[in-house]
Amino acid sequence: MTPAGATSSINRILAVVLRHIYLLRTSWPRIFELMYWPTIQMILWGFISGFFADHSSYVAQTVGVLIAAVLLWDVMFRGQLGFSMSFVEEIWSRNLINLAVSPLSPGEYLAALTTMSLLRTLLGILPAAGLAIVFYEYSIFTLGLPLVAFFSLLLVASWSLGMVVSAIILRAGEGAIGVAWITVFLIAPVSAIYYPVSSLPEWLQPVAWALPTAPVFEGMRAIVLEQTVRVDLLLHAAVADAVYLALGAGVFLWSYRTARQRGLLLQVGE
Amino acid sequence: MSEAVVQVADLTKQFDGVQAVDGISFDVSAGETVALLGANGAGKTSTLAMLLGLLLPTAGTIRVLGIDVVRERERALARVNFSSPYVELPRRLTVMQNLHVFAKLYGVARPRERARAIAADLDLEALLRRRVGSLSSGQKTRVALAKALINAPDVLFLDEPTASLDPDTGDWVRGYLEAYQHRTGCAILLASHNMGEVERLCHRVLMMRKGRIVDEGTPQALITRYGRATMEEVFLDVARGRGHDGTTEAAQ
Repeated sequence: MTPAGATSSINRILAVVLRHIYLLRTSWPRIFELMYWPTIQMILWGFISGFFADHSSYVAQTVGVLIAAVLLWDVMFRGQLGFSMSFVEEIWSRNLINLAVSPLSPGEYLAALTTMSLLRTLLGILPAAGLAIVFYEYSIFTLGLPLVAFFSLLLVASWSLGMVVSAIILRAGEGAIGVAWITVFLIAPVSAIYYPVSSLPEWLQPVAWALPTAPVFEGMRAIVLEQTVRVDLLLHAAVADAVYLALGAGVFLWSYRTARQRGLLLQVGE
Repeated sequence: MSEAVVQVADLTKQFDGVQAVDGISFDVSAGETVALLGANGAGKTSTLAMLLGLLLPTAGTIRVLGIDVVRERERALARVNFSSPYVELPRRLTVMQNLHVFAKLYGVARPRERARAIAADLDLEALLRRRVGSLSSGQKTRVALAKALINAPDVLFLDEPTASLDPDTGDWVRGYLEAYQHRTGCAILLASHNMGEVERLCHRVLMMRKGRIVDEGTPQALITRYGRATMEEVFLDVARGRGHDGTTEAAQ
């Protein structure tokens, strides 16, 4: 791609991002919804971990584990939802055809959706992280630089899922929008969010290790409980992320092409 | 009229064994307005969708401005645009925000200035800060037209450009399109069920039935050929399978 071509491409991506920023700016319920669940989750799990702190010698030493897990899982949840809901907004507003007949390529559209996912996740998570400091004197930022790695790895994992979810919606229509809310919970039990992979049944452990999420949460616990940065776990998650991101993009692009073959773009919204 | 800016050859689309478009070929020249006419299900929407890259053809070729739409879709789409009353703009965004976003999407230089200029041209200045969702049908149609002209397209595809508009607004839109084409020389391909509109705007008409182009010509030539007084009567003849020589499809 020429430099001029790259600039045009970036401008098109930013145009889609701008469209969503305009939408968020004028819609307080959307902003409220972004912040609501991470904050509620953090408060709920903060109280639970406080109770454990008083009644369990194990957690008494590691009050931050549950709050860190809650906040990091919300990165995964918010990231996937931020991706999928930005796509769904186009279906709700009957605007997808306008984008599809513009010079925006499917790859650029995916880049715009990932950018929106990042923005929406930050909008949801940062206030909750701030409240955790105020309410529980726990700062997730004490995880230091590895936090950036955890955040990035989970966000990329969420994009893979967001691409698959968007592909399903593109294929099945508006009736499948509920999938955007529930899909991430399919992998929650095997993501080792609140418990180690070793506590899963033996036959399920390879499934957990095949995901990018489980090594991230294991890595988080290694820092909080053992003050050890497990680079091997980070690399494990990065490789899994690369595989799933390629798969997710492939599924979305295949679904987009199928939609063009079957005329599904003309029926979007039905 | 000058060179062909839209070239369609042997275009075919099948959906699960149904032939939606059956080997049609036609050209549209710069500065020309061509109508695709036909009853519901004749293949107009599928044809427009293939020209816009929304639908992949089963067979045939489409070149817009010399660019193969199937292979280089994005490059072709940068120089064309589309408007339809059945496709909406984001309702919560203001007119200005919508035009700004689409100006950036189409790579327009100085997008805000262009948005203001096209809004002024379409008498939308007073609506720039209004949300699209709060506008009347006529106002929304003008905003959709502003979006369709934001990149000063060389080829404009319009699907029923005046559907659901009152006669006054419909007349205003038709007048604007005539003046715009005269000024810019862009080619327009439109699908419409308004025969008065077709007679007024179109240099040429392609009559479609069951996925095929069954007749074509200027509106006046078609009226004469079918021995009718209006395009509406010609449309009914074609839609009901009556040929210009009086034979019915069954007899043929």
